[in-house]
Amino acid sequence: MSCDVQKLREDFPLLRQTMRGKPLVYLDSAATSQKPRAVLDTLHTYYERWNANVHRGIYEISDLATQHYEAARAAVARFIHAAEPAEVIFTRNATEAINLVARAWGDANVKAGDVILLTEMEHHSNLVPWQLLAQRTGARLEFIPLDGQGRLDLAAAEKFFNDRLRLVAVTQMSNVLGTINPVAAIIRHAHAVGAVVLVDGAQGCAHIASDAQKMDCDFLAFSGHKMCGPTGIGVLYGRKRLLEAMPPFLGGGEMISVVDWREFTWNHTPWKFEAGTPAIAQAIGLGAAVEYLEKVGLDAIHAHEDTLVRYAWEKLHELPGFRPYGPPPDERGGLVAFTLDDLHAHDIAQFLDQQGVAIRAGHHCAMPLHKKLGVAATARASFYLYNTTAEVDALVAALRKALTFFGIETKTTVNV
Amino acid sequence: MSEFDDLYQAIILDHYRRPRNRGTVPDANVRVDGKNPLCGDEVRLELRVDGDGRIVDIKSSGHGCSISQASISIMTELLKGHTFEEGRRLLESVRAMMKGGEVDEEAMGELIALRGVSKFPVRIKCAMLSWTTFELAMAEFQAGRNGAGAVVSTEDEK
Repeated sequence: MSCDVQKLREDFPLLRQTMRGKPLVYLDSAATSQKPRAVLDTLHTYYERWNANVHRGIYEISDLATQHYEAARAAVARFIHAAEPAEVIFTRNATEAINLVARAWGDANVKAGDVILLTEMEHHSNLVPWQLLAQRTGARLEFIPLDGQGRLDLAAAEKFFNDRLRLVAVTQMSNVLGTINPVAAIIRHAHAVGAVVLVDGAQGCAHIASDAQKMDCDFLAFSGHKMCGPTGIGVLYGRKRLLEAMPPFLGGGEMISVVDWREFTWNHTPWKFEAGTPAIAQAIGLGAAVEYLEKVGLDAIHAHEDTLVRYAWEKLHELPGFRPYGPPPDERGGLVAFTLDDLHAHDIAQFLDQQGVAIRAGHHCAMPLHKKLGVAATARASFYLYNTTAEVDALVAALRKALTFFGIETKTTVNV
Repeated sequence: MSEFDDLYQAIILDHYRRPRNRGTVPDANVRVDGKNPLCGDEVRLELRVDGDGRIVDIKSSGHGCSISQASISIMTELLKGHTFEEGRRLLESVRAMMKGGEVDEEAMGELIALRGVSKFPVRIKCAMLSWTTFELAMAEFQAGRNGAGAVVSTEDEK
């Protein structure tokens, strides 16, 4: 399977723009993706025709809004192969989804001395919520280390898989190294010692066909905006048995069943976790996004990104001083974080901006990982279904110009 | 001139490619560190200051982006042989310039080349790292300390 990229690009109005007078080369989809017309139209239609608060409204458009909101939940459930829509909770983003688990599940299930196992490649959003949980409970954080190629060294983490282990939280795909992790194997291993597993799908779900049941994860968190959906909407998938046993996260409207002055009973899952008016338009927009991705096909998207990353890998290596972080293309998704000679990533990004090429530079919300890699910052080019090999060429050409512009090869020290 | 050309003026690129006053001052009486955690830029300043508050020698080490490195290089050139009082006036002028304010161009010398940075809010901290570190060096020295363990972060800059 493959994508007809030129045709797909027509679905994304923003990509027709120029930046600094040059054709826009958008290589920052790992930060946020662009949105297809189908999603933009859905948002528009919602506000023009269905805008009303969901649930409980006794009039036609409120009923329509509710139907579309719940249909989006069903679409997302289908997209990740949840057993039923009730396992899909709408949150603001992956970060909120992880915090929900750390609070609602963590506070009730994690005790002093328990081990929470993370990896050395986690984004701050799958690290800090667990640090907070450890501070509240006295649990201990441990980390699956990386090998020299930026892959998880599971053998070195074997010692953590015992009856002290309560939770493993692991990213499906690293936002810096690009590594695609063997999550199903980690889950099997964790379940064998009775631990629960949360998969951070913020990067993975947008690019890799994700089957929650086949993976057998207990929780899966992801963000809509990285997968062609709007900002402000994310998803927590949870195994129903776990969700039902968990206390609520936030209190307010919608999450209740009956409220009295001093007590309340809570609603069923998933509404138990959706206090207050949800991001209705955004949820419906996310529904449109997953339908769009299904139409193109996740396997086709993954194959296209694989082609791009292999091409980029080859071309980028022709640059003097190019140093990538993470494994070779066989084991990575569609992104490359790198340094170029001793050019600072911010200088690279600033120069590329001038050339119409949008990339990200910095620590990519993974400061401990960068410390481990021994670099303060990296530049990162990330690809999605709408990127082309010609855009990779534009990236490489711009980087070549940057090397000349900053005159790296002529650097000397002067004392005056 | 585009904003980009304004940011990366020839003077900036020259100081970045050929940084002045890099290294250590063996007989320094104040040594301090500065950090820009967002970019990972780090600088160490070593100063030999005489009894009148005159900077006899100043050198820097560390790493960072072209803007931070050029700013440090320009600063060390301007400060060497001058007093803390003169240095403080320059510091205030750079601060004002970063906020887009009017400054005495004559007095600022090559520092004027950093004016373009003010149009790139995320890069202002890069340019200010050297100066906030110098400010810490002055505070340490004037408090009778040698700066041991003193670190300033650009995140503390208001």
